[in-house]
Amino acid sequence: MTNRILFNVIQILVVMAFAPLVKGILNRLKENIQSKRGPSIFQPYRDIWKLFHKDEVIPEQSSWIFRATPYMVFVTPIFVALLIPVLTGYPLFFAFMGDMLGGGFILALGGFFATLAAVDTGNPYGPMGASRTRMVGFLAEPVFMIVFFTVSFVAGSTIPYIVHKHWVTPLANFFEPSHVLLMLAFVMLIIAEGGRIPVDNPSGHFELAMIDESKGLEYSGRGAALMKWGGSMKFFVLLCIFLNVLVTPWGLAQGEGIGEVLLAIPLVLVKIFIFILILAVIESSFAKLRLFRITEFLGAAFVTSVAAMITRLLEI
Amino acid sequence: MTEPNMTLSVLTKLDALAGGLFLLTALGLVAMRQVLASLNLFVLQSILLASSAFILGYQHASVHLYAVAAITLTTKSALIPWLLRRTIRQEIYARREISQVLNIPTSLLLSAALMILAYFIASPLLTLGQELFVKVNLPIGLAALLLGAYVVMVRREAVPQVIAILSMENGAFFAGVAIAPDLPLIAELAAAFDVLIIALVMGLLTRRIHERVGTTAVGRMASLKEE
Repeated sequence: MTNRILFNVIQILVVMAFAPLVKGILNRLKENIQSKRGPSIFQPYRDIWKLFHKDEVIPEQSSWIFRATPYMVFVTPIFVALLIPVLTGYPLFFAFMGDMLGGGFILALGGFFATLAAVDTGNPYGPMGASRTRMVGFLAEPVFMIVFFTVSFVAGSTIPYIVHKHWVTPLANFFEPSHVLLMLAFVMLIIAEGGRIPVDNPSGHFELAMIDESKGLEYSGRGAALMKWGGSMKFFVLLCIFLNVLVTPWGLAQGEGIGEVLLAIPLVLVKIFIFILILAVIESSFAKLRLFRITEFLGAAFVTSVAAMITRLLEI
Repeated sequence: MTEPNMTLSVLTKLDALAGGLFLLTALGLVAMRQVLASLNLFVLQSILLASSAFILGYQHASVHLYAVAAITLTTKSALIPWLLRRTIRQEIYARREISQVLNIPTSLLLSAALMILAYFIASPLLTLGQELFVKVNLPIGLAALLLGAYVVMVRREAVPQVIAILSMENGAFFAGVAIAPDLPLIAELAAAFDVLIIALVMGLLTRRIHERVGTTAVGRMASLKEE
């Protein structure tokens, strides 16, 4: 029992420690693909460190929501990390506290507070970005739902630890059409939710074109650091859900020993690195979509997930 | 005894995978805005059809299906795209956006409805005794057929309509290889050449229209007639 609590804590520490690294590697890879040298992969750590040592400025008109939001954004991915398999293939102490839908709701709570805080500031760019994020969010929601329902229908459970075993026992399950379609739909979701390129440009500095970034424009000092860190942790958690639950449980620790759990850290990071490589190629080969084309993108994701559902429901 | 069962299960999954991707390409034809992208998707779809025919041919040990796979590969994924690129070159490369009667999100939702419809139509035909391949191929082929018909209806331009008709034909074949694995070879050959000729004729006709009218937006043909 104590072991399992310890492993849960290790999972959280891994998420906290390596989330900025994933962002850094992704940025570096994108610059390399454009044949530039790019910033160091540890740049996000330096940014966060620097921001923690700066003074914080808070708008006079803002209420407590503005001050509470960075903590919400920072804490929600940590809660989700308790529920999902980050390192171990078997359920840990908190695993049965919530299922995948619960995890989705917790992540959505962070997004909800970020939206409120953006409206709270009175800065015109904040609400604009917030409303755009909501637009992407509510279009992404049905896709989330259908992906999760299909997954839980296939595995007979919504607990991620039970679901992820199904895809590789036997291995032929991996090549099921519904599985392939689900993976595709979820990659599109990660792109939309993570604010990656066909939907949003994370490195753009033009306020009118921002979707995800403009919500945090008013934050400075510690608040900005927490928002940044929380954002990269959310991305990391999404990648973990995708790679460890929906794709495969490969590389996760199966035994109870602490050595195995520690060994799982580099294996999971390698898995994430491979996916990030693919993501960097996707990001570099597409242009950002115009705002009203995002509905098409997410519509395609929705239809893909529906196709996954009906090929599963009405066959074999 | 386990050995043949194992191969059968792997073959079923592979066929199902080809089917899932086939469905995805059919949806892609609905969602694509560019002519060139539609053509590439059509090539991919034909390759998937050929691979499904190949898997079924292996399962039934049928030479006919191997022949179907070979014919599909040569005509649909090589010859027809080459022909289309040759005859209507500037239409494929110069025109990037295709105009549609309905916008793409609506089209995608309608196509989801069409897919469900296809499964409903196919479900009474799938009795329990049938093998798994039919259960995979028949509804997906039917769905591709319906989606192709939908694209023909919605697109306003000649070249995407040609591609959609060809993809309808792909859907019919995808269902056909599973229902009738022992179709005589002569029928397959006839169908394959038929499609080739159709593509050629339509390509030439489109070029002719383009020369006369200066556009291939057939949606505006009605008003041209009146003047």
